[in-house]
Amino acid sequence: MKSETLTRADLCEAVHQEVGLSRHECSALVERTLELIAEALERGETVKLSGFGVFQVRAKRARMGRNPKTGEPAAIDPRRVISFRASQVMKARVDGANGHGA
Amino acid sequence: MIKSELIARLAAEYPHLTHRDVERVVNVVLDGMVGALSDGGRVELRGFGAFSVRSRPARAGRNPRTGESVSVPAKHVPFFKSGKELRERLNLSGDA
Repeated sequence: MKSETLTRADLCEAVHQEVGLSRHECSALVERTLELIAEALERGETVKLSGFGVFQVRAKRARMGRNPKTGEPAAIDPRRVISFRASQVMKARVDGANGHGA
Repeated sequence: MIKSELIARLAAEYPHLTHRDVERVVNVVLDGMVGALSDGGRVELRGFGAFSVRSRPARAGRNPRTGESVSVPAKHVPFFKSGKELRERLNLSGDA
């Protein structure tokens, strides 16, 4: 099992190899793809990418938390968080290839 | 926003590219990420977030319809953690 980290540069290279556009243009396209997803989430939209998964923005209420280092109580402001649910296709590929369990 | 809308928006910004090429770009990006996770790797996209694979131990589950107990095998699941910049962007307006 490899455990390499894929970055923007790797995605750009894959797009360059498979679609045949210039590296410069691929890099811009990868960036815009991520940016369009981020912008939709910023507007509070759900982003559904079939075969990949669903990004959803959820609102969290204010609550009392605790500073884990000092143990002091601290107020946590209401905030928006992103939840990601992988598609069945992605789940199957990730579980299948990494071996069930282990 | 669904994938076809993402492709349409991207295509509108790159009028010199064919719709088909833009579609391939988006698919290569998404497939590339799934491929890395399938190989046991991580995907790190600064500012956006990181995808990793987490292992879930086997557990005893229950069939919610019949109440029967079933054993759920251990598995590996994809996990996404949003990046700091994106988290901050979501909470700028203060309308949480």
